[in-house]
Amino acid sequence: MQNTGTLKLETRGDREIVMTRVFDAPRNLVWEAFTKPELLKRWFFGPPGWSLAVCEVALHAGAAYRYVWRGPDGTEMGMGGVCREFLPPERAVCTEKFDNPWYPGEALVTTTLVEQGGKTTLTLSVLYQSSEAREAALKTPMEHGVAMGYDRLAELLASFPAQANEKGAGAP
Amino acid sequence: MTPHRLDATFAALADPTRRAILARLASGQASVTQLAAPFAMSQPAISKHLKVLERAGLVSRGRDAQRRPRRLEAKPLAQATEWLEPYRQFWEGNFQRLDALLDELKAHKKKRKRAKR
Repeated sequence: MQNTGTLKLETRGDREIVMTRVFDAPRNLVWEAFTKPELLKRWFFGPPGWSLAVCEVALHAGAAYRYVWRGPDGTEMGMGGVCREFLPPERAVCTEKFDNPWYPGEALVTTTLVEQGGKTTLTLSVLYQSSEAREAALKTPMEHGVAMGYDRLAELLASFPAQANEKGAGAP
Repeated sequence: MTPHRLDATFAALADPTRRAILARLASGQASVTQLAAPFAMSQPAISKHLKVLERAGLVSRGRDAQRRPRRLEAKPLAQATEWLEPYRQFWEGNFQRLDALLDELKAHKKKRKRAKR
C-alpha cells in the first residue's frame, strides 16, 4: 500500500491524467470532505489568497454542480458540470467545463475512493476530449497566471518547508 | 520543449511494451535481440516500438556497428515529468489542507461518540 501523503500523478494514454493519493481517514470522511460545501471551502481553494466563493455540489446522478474560485484581486474562475454517476461513498463520474475555456471541450472526471485498514485511496481520473486539451489543461497552472501562478505556488510550498525540502532532495 | 515533442513523448509512453523497453534500458544499454527476449514478440515488432521511441528522442543508438545497442535518453523523460510538476504542486497544496481537515473530522467524530455514551 502506498504511503499516506504521497501524490502520484501520471498520464494514461494520450488524453487522460490519473492522480492517486492516500488519506489517513476512513472513506466516509473523505467523501464528506469532497461533497459538503462547508468542508470543500476549507481545502479546495487553490493557492493562498484564493477562496472557493461559490460551491454548489451535486448529490445524485443527473444533478449539476458549480464552483467559482475568487482571487485576492477579485478575479473569478468558474467551472461546473453534471454528475453522471453518484455512488456514496465510493464513486462519482462528472463532466467538467471551465467558464473561461482554457482547454477545448469538456473533461470527464472519475473520482474513486477505496478504503483499506482505515486509510482511503483516492483515484482521480481526468479524461480530456483530445491530447491537445490535456496539454492545455496541464499548462494552465503555469501559464494561466490567474488562479495558479507559479509565485503563489512558491508561497504555498514555502508554507510547508519540511515537505518542500524533501521534494527538493528527491528531484533528479 | 515544443508541444509537438511533448506529444511524441507521451504517445511513445502510452504503450506498455514501450514502457517495459524503457525500464529495461534504464538498467543499461541493450541490443534489439536482448530487448526482444522477455517479450512474446518478433524482433521486427520490437524494432517498430524502438522506432517510435527513437522518434520521440527517448532512445538512441550506440556506436558499436554490429550490435547497434539502444540507450535510454533521459532528458525528454525528465521534461515530461517537469511538465506535470506545477499541476502536481497545485493539487498537493489542496490535499495537504485536506489531510489536516480529515484529522480534525476524525477527532470530532470520536468526541461525538464519547458524548453519546
